[in-house]
This record gives sequence, structure tokens and C-alpha cells, in this order.
Amino acid sequence: MSRAKPEPIQVVKERRDAALSALVARVPYISFMGFEFERRGDELTAVMPYRPDLIGNPALPALHGGALAAFLEVTALITLSWSMVWPKIEAGETVDVLPKFPKTIDLTVDYLRSGLPRDAYARAEITRAGRRYASVQVEAWQDNRARPTVHATGHFLMPVLMPDNRTSND
Amino acid sequence: MPADRTEIARQFIASLPHCEALGMVLTTIGAGEAEIYMPYSEKLIGDPESGVIHGGAVSALMDTCAGASVMSHPNAGLATATLDLRIDYMRAAKPGATITAHAICYHMTRAVGFVRVSATDGTSDVPVAAATGAFTVERGNS
Repeated sequence: MSRAKPEPIQVVKERRDAALSALVARVPYISFMGFEFERRGDELTAVMPYRPDLIGNPALPALHGGALAAFLEVTALITLSWSMVWPKIEAGETVDVLPKFPKTIDLTVDYLRSGLPRDAYARAEITRAGRRYASVQVEAWQDNRARPTVHATGHFLMPVLMPDNRTSND
Repeated sequence: MPADRTEIARQFIASLPHCEALGMVLTTIGAGEAEIYMPYSEKLIGDPESGVIHGGAVSALMDTCAGASVMSHPNAGLATATLDLRIDYMRAAKPGATITAHAICYHMTRAVGFVRVSATDGTSDVPVAAATGAFTVERGNS
């Protein structure tokens, strides 16, 4: 049995990175906050590079809890969208029409430590991805991976895949 | 609440870097209650197709407002920090509308402030989001 000759690694990487950039670039709020996404295979790590305007408590100083909550929510949403796009990319499709974003139903944030005035990193784990609803756990850390700064659990309404391959949340 | 105390609180919120970045303005503060609004801005858009503001910005507004209500409580400590916040997103905010958060610190113990907060866009009695949270109460070395 023979199988198709694999694509050059650079072609594969470029297709994956282009899809990820397109997904992230279309949200003005993500660029306003300066969030970035790094990829290893299908695994995403979100980065919130430190900026003085992310501070919420200048006395400590500490990052604003709202900025951290936003970071976790964005990480969860991009990770969910990425999980919808990934199989298409791997099937060799160019992703011209990106799916609509899932809608956040609720998000419960645990503030475990105060946010240091340094970069923060986050990864989301999809606990359950149903056709309509998804549950996601997401955690952010700073200097020490074993000492998370914030943790959240969220529920999301998934966009409905329509026959022509476009999506809708309605 | 005397006007000068509201003014001090307004200036304090406006001086917090992330609140300034999001354009938050405190309008009311007193006895465990606070109201803060955040004008619509294109940089806060989360859904490019509809122009709806990102939930993260609304979370930041509600977190700030909740913290302000804790600090305004008659038995408040010297400082506060969020322990946990659960946010329910009930509906999309109307694009272009200012979001106003209203928080009530409905119970305060020596160590914890309990808060309810809702956010409205002025188009309906149904809030765009609601949250409940627990906040630390820092009382120095007592």
C-alpha cells in the first residue's frame, strides 16, 4: 500500500499559521488588548504582553482583574474556534470563510493570585464540545506554570453549521 | 453621599490605568453601591460583523464597579481584590450604546464582600450581563 507523498512542512505550517492569524486578526478588541497566540501543532498558548495600561491597582501594582478575565475569555473563544477550523486545515482546505465565533453564555473566574506586572500566558481545555454547547476550562499563569494566576470555567453557545458551510448562532 | 466624596471616587477610578484605557466614568457611589459607565468604542468590538462590544470589556467594567461598591460600603477595609466573579452574558449589547454597570455590595463580613452587579445598554430592562462576586477585604494588621 502506498500513501500520498506528504506536503512539505513549510506549506503545512504556513496554512496553519495563516488560518490562526486570520481568526485572531478579525477581532478589534484582541488587538486593542495586545493579545497574541502561539501555536505548537494544534495546541494554542495565548500571551498577554505586559503593558502599563493593563494595571488595575497601581499601589501594588497588580493587573486589572477585568483584563485577566478578558484574557481568559478570549483564550477560550479562540481555542473553541480553532477546534472548529483545525480539521478543515488538516484536510487541506484553505479557510476562506471563517466560522462565526461561539457566544459566551457564562464565565466563572477564580482569582488565585494577584496579577504581576509581567507577561501572562493562558491555555484553554475544551472539557466538552457538543453541537450546541461547549464547556471550557482556561487557566493563566505568569512566571511559574505551577502557580496559576487565574482560572475560569465557561459555557459557550456554538455557532450552528448551515448547509452552505456558513455558520450562525441563531 | 456628599458630592466631594463622589468626585474623589470618580477621580480614583479614572486614575486606574486599565479603567482609563477603557474610558470608564464613575457617576454614583455610596453606602455599598456604585454606578460606572463605559462609552462605546470601535476598539472594543468583539464581533466584527455586528459591531457588538466584546464580553471581556463588559467583564472589566463589572469587575471595577463591583470593587467600587465594596470600597464604598460603610464597613469597608483599606483595599479590596476580586476573589471570584461569575458573569452571565444574557444578550448582545446594542452596537454604539454606552454600557452602564450598577453594583451592590449586599453583604460585608470582616474578610469578604459579597456583590451583585448588572450591566445595561439603555435599550431594555433586561441587562446585557449580570455577575455575582466575592471580594477580599484588606484591613491592615488588625
